[in-house]
Amino acid sequence: MSTTDSVGWAGTRIAPRPFVDKLHEWVTTVDHKRIGILYVAYGLTFLMVGGIEATVMRLQLIRPHNDLVTPQVFNQMFTMHGTTMIFFVVMPIVFGFANYLVPLMIGARDMAFPRLNAFSFWLTAFSGLFLYFSFVGGYGLYGAGTAPNVGWFAYAPLTAKTFSPGHSTDFWTLSLLVSGFGSIGTAINIIATILCLRCPGMTLAKMPLLVWLNLVMAGLVILAVSPLTAAQLMLLVDRYLGGHFFDTQAGGSAVIWMHFFWVFGHPEVYVLVLPAFAFASEIIPVFSRKAIFGYPVMVAATVAIGFISMSVWAHHMFSVGMSSGGNLFFVLSTMAIAVPTGIKIFNWLATMWGGKIYFKAPMLFCVAFLFQFLVAGLTGIIQSAAPFDWQLTASYFVVAHFHYVIVGAILFAVFAAFYYWFPKVTGRIYGETLAKVHFWLFLIGFHLTFDFMHVPGLLGMPRRIYTYEPGRGWDTWNVIVTIGVFFQAAGVLAFVVNMIRSYFRGRPAGSDPWDAWTLEWSTTSPPPEYNYASIPVVKSRRPLWDLKHPEDPDWKYE
Amino acid sequence: MSIIAALGQPAQPPLSPTNIFAPVSTPAQSIFELSLLVLAVVGAIFVIVSGLLAYASVKFRKRKDDDGREPAQVYGSNQVELAWTITPVVIVLVLFLATARVIFSVQDAPRTPGSLEVTVIGHQFWWEYRYPGLNVVTANELHLPVGEPAFLTLLSGDTDHSFWVPRLAGKTDLIPNHPNKMWVEPRETGLYLGQCAQYCGTQHAKMLLRIYVESREDFDRWIHEQAVAARTDDSSSEGRRIFERTACINCHTVAGTPANGRFGPDLTHLMSRETIGSGIAPNTRENLRAWIQRPDALKPGSLMPPMGLTDQQLDAVTAYLASLR
Repeated sequence: MSTTDSVGWAGTRIAPRPFVDKLHEWVTTVDHKRIGILYVAYGLTFLMVGGIEATVMRLQLIRPHNDLVTPQVFNQMFTMHGTTMIFFVVMPIVFGFANYLVPLMIGARDMAFPRLNAFSFWLTAFSGLFLYFSFVGGYGLYGAGTAPNVGWFAYAPLTAKTFSPGHSTDFWTLSLLVSGFGSIGTAINIIATILCLRCPGMTLAKMPLLVWLNLVMAGLVILAVSPLTAAQLMLLVDRYLGGHFFDTQAGGSAVIWMHFFWVFGHPEVYVLVLPAFAFASEIIPVFSRKAIFGYPVMVAATVAIGFISMSVWAHHMFSVGMSSGGNLFFVLSTMAIAVPTGIKIFNWLATMWGGKIYFKAPMLFCVAFLFQFLVAGLTGIIQSAAPFDWQLTASYFVVAHFHYVIVGAILFAVFAAFYYWFPKVTGRIYGETLAKVHFWLFLIGFHLTFDFMHVPGLLGMPRRIYTYEPGRGWDTWNVIVTIGVFFQAAGVLAFVVNMIRSYFRGRPAGSDPWDAWTLEWSTTSPPPEYNYASIPVVKSRRPLWDLKHPEDPDWKYE
Repeated sequence: MSIIAALGQPAQPPLSPTNIFAPVSTPAQSIFELSLLVLAVVGAIFVIVSGLLAYASVKFRKRKDDDGREPAQVYGSNQVELAWTITPVVIVLVLFLATARVIFSVQDAPRTPGSLEVTVIGHQFWWEYRYPGLNVVTANELHLPVGEPAFLTLLSGDTDHSFWVPRLAGKTDLIPNHPNKMWVEPRETGLYLGQCAQYCGTQHAKMLLRIYVESREDFDRWIHEQAVAARTDDSSSEGRRIFERTACINCHTVAGTPANGRFGPDLTHLMSRETIGSGIAPNTRENLRAWIQRPDALKPGSLMPPMGLTDQQLDAVTAYLASLR
């Protein structure tokens, strides 16, 4: 992108295009790489917004009976923080990476439906802005803008007109409805691309693991987002057309909303974490200099996780009074998901085992990802024991657990991916020292915040409280948790500075700076608009390994 | 693990009045015992796997004197992968069976005939307690006898709430149109704290739970006092007149008087309670007066409106309420 501006064919100088032209190109683009970058940039922007909301909450909770913000504002902060981070940070970022990488890694020239791709992105983009418009436009009870304050899972009947007058809840509902269409569009696109556009020789069994994981992720999006969309429509019917789906005063069911939401909500966790697995499955082998250990089992475990994750949703509902038989089923299915997940952790470890590990920034983030995902999985098992969960659910222990998943595992893997593919996307090498500063600051901040956040949960602190009573033994822990936020913020600042500086000043990367093995490293950095001048032909899962080691190619063993 | 062990010490006083690892009631005790098993298994897995990760990260890092050649390429091993598939399956089965036992023992415990029944109704943002058959209705402070099972029926008057007193039992939600059950069997007298654990609106944070576990004699005495009509004396009649002529009685009940509202807490024996506003402030005259004057100041978002009373009226109403023993 940056190289095409000043020097043209045969070295002739070309006048730089005006800004409006460039902007127009980005807005109207259907190129999968540009849409990928748009998705990621969009997600990063909202990461800052969601981070500010988190900081407000942590400052409010630094001591008991604090009055930095009103309860109304605090309740809006946690609603917006949750909704933003899930729908407008992590989802766009993983979709962005999928958009950018999947066609390159399967040797295709674009996604299957380029215009659907652009349409999906702009739906998502619009819905995020729409959600935030509620701050000024969600005309509520007090005659001023009110952001939604019903919590990110918006349990009925709190969302009914009776309890949520005004329009803030409608902004939430409509925003997720629209972004849901965007997500489904992208998911269909990813599936179609993977099934139809693989280059010659790339059978399903020879796809890079990243592509497999994104295939399952996209399948889960279709299955998971549809019920959420349906539930939002029902909620709108309740609120405006006199429906009674969730209207308990007219015989509706609050529990049905919970089922609809979590049958989306739990697979959604895997929608977010499978791409994290995907990054780790590409980066760990390259930085250990070994092929991924047990590829077929890794694929099987991925598909198993996809299926099992559709049957675990009510473990979010152990306290709502299901029958003992119902609870038992969801205990078993939830514990069962530990098996394929455990296989993945062991296989990544086995990939490192006997390798030559290069601890560059991407690998540092991947090792931290592994450790933190292990802990997150184990606290997940703790909560799958339903009676234990009767104590833990809706407490700060749960908040710590799922942040361990979303920050400790997913965000760390996303950072690994940023550093790993930054040279490919920009054509420049990032600053390694600053990347390590980012890593250590963020690691320290993360552990200060989320390790110590488990404790107040064990000591009886429920989530979503804008303040708490002194004398409960929660005070010190909350101070530590809040301090960690500043380390994390400093880490992210180092990351942003590094990305911007390296984009302009980084040294040229060349097409294959990591000596890696998948197809995207065979084209130039950044790749041309058409990706490949001639469509590649592959014989194994590591086509570039075969190229670099003609004496001992992979295809002999696969 | 050491943190967990420290938390589990039933030392006096406990680390926290809401510590889930300091159970004093049968369901909480069953959960505690299961949690020890789960934590032990999970802790062992953590030590082994993170140990392996640390070992691999140190042992297999690229050396300074590296020859630059690629390490041996290993593509997998069926035996090894089978081993780390079967081991987790066995662990999962053990945990599942242990969990199942506790689920049944807590959730399907037989209801002993003649045991105490209490109906708990969640409201934005306070708790209503009704003792069916005993003619007692009270708010925010639940009294239970020690050493006996008490069965709670959980209802909601508006949105979802959750009843969580960590030292007595795990939480169970109060969901409108979806009655739930739970039980406790406290083993020691004392005051047990908790609070609403399901986000229910603006003042979810200040919907505190106070459970007073008393000897059978004390409990019977309390029930007896609560079951009689309000006792007021003449000195407070001015306040009573104001109370009954303003909107107060639309929401509050004072048994034996025209006040029979159901939307807010029953005030018949207000002064027998130690706190007001669902546990947020001690029940003193000053707090009571401040609360009546502007509930929003103590609890922003509270559904009780300020009545716009003059200072004299406030004093009179406070005096009347302070006489409701």
